[in-house]
Amino acid sequence: MATVTMTVNGKSVSGEVEGRTLLSDFVRNNLNLTGTHIGCDTSQCGACVVHVDGKAVKSCTIFALEVEGSTVKTIEGMANPDGSLGVVQQAFQDNHGLQCGFCTPGMVMSAAALLDENPNPTETEIREYLEGNICRCTGYHNIVKSIQAAAVAA
Amino acid sequence: MPENGIGASSVRREDIRFLSGNGKYTDDINVHGQKYVFFLRSDVAHGKINSIDTSKAEAVSGVVGIFTGDDFVEVGGLPCGWQVTDRFGEVMKEPGHPVLAQGKVRHVGDPIAAVVADSLEIARDAAEVINVDLEELPAVVDMKAAVEGGTLVHDEIETNLCYDWGFVEENRDAVDEAIKSAHHVTTLELVNNRLVPNAMEPRVAIGDYDASNDQSTLYTTSQNPHVIRLLMGAFVLQIPEHKLRVVAPDVGGGFGSKIFHYAEEAFCTLAARKLRVPVKWTASRTESFITDAHGRDHVTKIELALDENGMFQAIRTDTCANMGAYLSTFSTSVPTWLHGTLMAGNYKTPLIYVNVKAVFTNTVPVDAYRGAGRPEATFQLERVIDKAAREMGMDPVEIRRKNFIQKDEFPYATPVALEYDTGDYDATMDKLHEIADLDGYEARAKASREKGLLRGLGINCYIEACGIAPSNLVGMLGARAGLYESATVRVNATGSITVMTGCHSHGQGHETTFPQVIADMIGISEDQVHIQHGDTSNTPMGMGTYGSRSIAVGGAAMVRATEKIIAKAKKIAAHLMEASAEDIELKDGSFSVVGTDKSVGWGDVCLAAYVPHNYPLEELEPGLEETAFYDPANFTFPAGAYACEVEVDPDTGKVDICSFAATDDFGNVINPMVVDGQVHGGIAQGIGQALREHAFYDENGQLLSGTYMDYSMPRADDLPSFVVDHSCQTPCTHNPLGVKGCGEAGAIGSPPAVVNAVIDALNKGGFDVNHIDMPLSPSRVWTAING
Repeated sequence: MATVTMTVNGKSVSGEVEGRTLLSDFVRNNLNLTGTHIGCDTSQCGACVVHVDGKAVKSCTIFALEVEGSTVKTIEGMANPDGSLGVVQQAFQDNHGLQCGFCTPGMVMSAAALLDENPNPTETEIREYLEGNICRCTGYHNIVKSIQAAAVAA
Repeated sequence: MPENGIGASSVRREDIRFLSGNGKYTDDINVHGQKYVFFLRSDVAHGKINSIDTSKAEAVSGVVGIFTGDDFVEVGGLPCGWQVTDRFGEVMKEPGHPVLAQGKVRHVGDPIAAVVADSLEIARDAAEVINVDLEELPAVVDMKAAVEGGTLVHDEIETNLCYDWGFVEENRDAVDEAIKSAHHVTTLELVNNRLVPNAMEPRVAIGDYDASNDQSTLYTTSQNPHVIRLLMGAFVLQIPEHKLRVVAPDVGGGFGSKIFHYAEEAFCTLAARKLRVPVKWTASRTESFITDAHGRDHVTKIELALDENGMFQAIRTDTCANMGAYLSTFSTSVPTWLHGTLMAGNYKTPLIYVNVKAVFTNTVPVDAYRGAGRPEATFQLERVIDKAAREMGMDPVEIRRKNFIQKDEFPYATPVALEYDTGDYDATMDKLHEIADLDGYEARAKASREKGLLRGLGINCYIEACGIAPSNLVGMLGARAGLYESATVRVNATGSITVMTGCHSHGQGHETTFPQVIADMIGISEDQVHIQHGDTSNTPMGMGTYGSRSIAVGGAAMVRATEKIIAKAKKIAAHLMEASAEDIELKDGSFSVVGTDKSVGWGDVCLAAYVPHNYPLEELEPGLEETAFYDPANFTFPAGAYACEVEVDPDTGKVDICSFAATDDFGNVINPMVVDGQVHGGIAQGIGQALREHAFYDENGQLLSGTYMDYSMPRADDLPSFVVDHSCQTPCTHNPLGVKGCGEAGAIGSPPAVVNAVIDALNKGGFDVNHIDMPLSPSRVWTAING
């Protein structure tokens, strides 16, 4: 076991982890931030996407110890300071961009990273960016619409 | 469009928790002191277990318990919920389905042993040192080979044939004769490819046991917690309902795969009782692929007889349906009563005969997946119609229209036992023409040709039987359960309402849409209504959510309970206003005496019910809470017409979906935004089936597409945006909301549209290709083009 320290959603946190502990497991099990979901075991589905130092990362592909000293943001950190839904989150609600909600945290984190990189993406650019996030419910139609709406609202 | 109540596109209230990371899925639940289970699963498709040596594993520090099939001899096997009777009057073969393998393993993924330990890692490490002497046997994977005999999946039933079902058996000779004497017969052999439902949330089960009151609790990823409690309690573990609570909290998608009672649920519940510790299992995605029930997997020959004018005379089908290694909960009903009864489609075919042979193989069990039998029926019918149109030189839309059941012919009794209550198939086809811009097709085709691509247009119809189901009818057909739904409407003292429903929402949005109905009935804000579901301890016994049944059956139960509430509330209001109950009118949340200016508000009446100081106690009980169980009189029959345009690259065989348009008649619609979303998702799954997805087994019974790297899930850049419309509405005549259900339509209607479009593209491009089996991968399309 080793101690890892990082900043998660603006708070400094530390915990005891094994070398093999994934960031996704650390966030869920040590920090009880269960908004980050595990949908596969081959780093394909994207339900576990978080931001590490501002970049979208599948948290199941990275060990907790690798993000020592980094700044991590999870879905729990995406709300406005007053607790209301942030721009991307609100766009997903307004446009029915989610159904069962399981892929949603990863989708929102990927969408936010996309809009950071490209504030006015085309539909094609949105669809290509979401290549690493699988949704089984929505057929992506309303996810694309949500991200377009978030781009306008931002 | 209204802003509140029925017909409003209210945004979903449940989204706030899902979007902020506050959803509570089963894996988010941790019970104090819980241990973790890892299942040692068979890596061969068929084998004899000679011995299992767990001694080394028992010595691993942190191991709490190890179980094998021997520990489960005393409990029942996993039950099948539907008994099918075959053509000869014999009941189906129903081999046992043990919780942990006993003597033999029958598919890759069959559980051999289970290790419970302090951590998942310890459990997994310990499982690795369990020594299983497993003698591999030849596997039977191909259905034709299985029917012919040789290797038996279950030795004790001496056959791999579960049943040989004929429907309608009395029509068999007449159908044969009609086909023999027909002007034209179109024949098509096709495969409905095996799929993995792939809800994004893997299955999870947590068993907990409270010795202080002998109470077991199972937290599980289920679409129907009451059904799991009944099946597991009564048939597997013999725990009475009052000692067993099943909780299905937020569930991350189901699509059918979370209807069924699975071995892991029974295991965790029993292991928790035996070990006196909570036991948690979370499936890895790899486990999901080899343990979640798969879908479809039919091989079919269909013949359509037509007269010289293209009128359908008869249909004969011959299908082999894969059951996999064991009978999953509702597996037997899917290729029979959910498939054969739909073979009339939207058309007036007078004679139909359906033969289905259900077959055991050394593969994962197959059961209901979004549509369940109806996509298989629709696919073969709508494909053979397209082929017939081509053979007879007719337009594919024209041949459909002339065979449609006309709107003035409802109710319409089909030759396959259903009575459609309403429909207007020309209206949906007309609407499709408009929203798919079919008039502009030729210009788009020209543009494709200029790019060197082949463009095709596929159009088809579908009908489905939803709102599952009238209990007495399905009972006669072999169902071992009733299929009513329940609702308790509890009005609180200050006027807010809690609805406890037996339905379960796992993406459908019930928490938003069900309150819209009550808000409309009473005239209060939707915000005042809360929906409670998913816990057997605080909801009435109900059958859950599948078969597009929630609003049609569960919504109807809620309406009935609310009607009782209103009737009682009117009596209270009458007392408060010293009037007769017959003269009381409820409008916009206010009770008034007709013809006077007297009124009393909803909140005042509710308060009077719970603070009965001025209350007709001699006539009425205090309180305002009512329960209703609703058993539907008939199925509902959503129907529609779909159009798909594709471009095929003749050099590579790659198919691109250029556009997809859907017109659906769902009857009345509660929340158009939610309904659109349901159709989008269904279409995506149907396109996935048509172009990408395939649970592919090799001849040894190994699942070759067992990860997301191999099983091609549709991703955002594989799909277009969709054009959907549900403005053609012929309301259901037999439920109080006039609703039909919308959850499965997209998945039912879309595969034939895609395949019809590709075949159209190839033929228009000069390639004489009649059919390609799904998924239409580039290699399959290229091979078809290049012979």
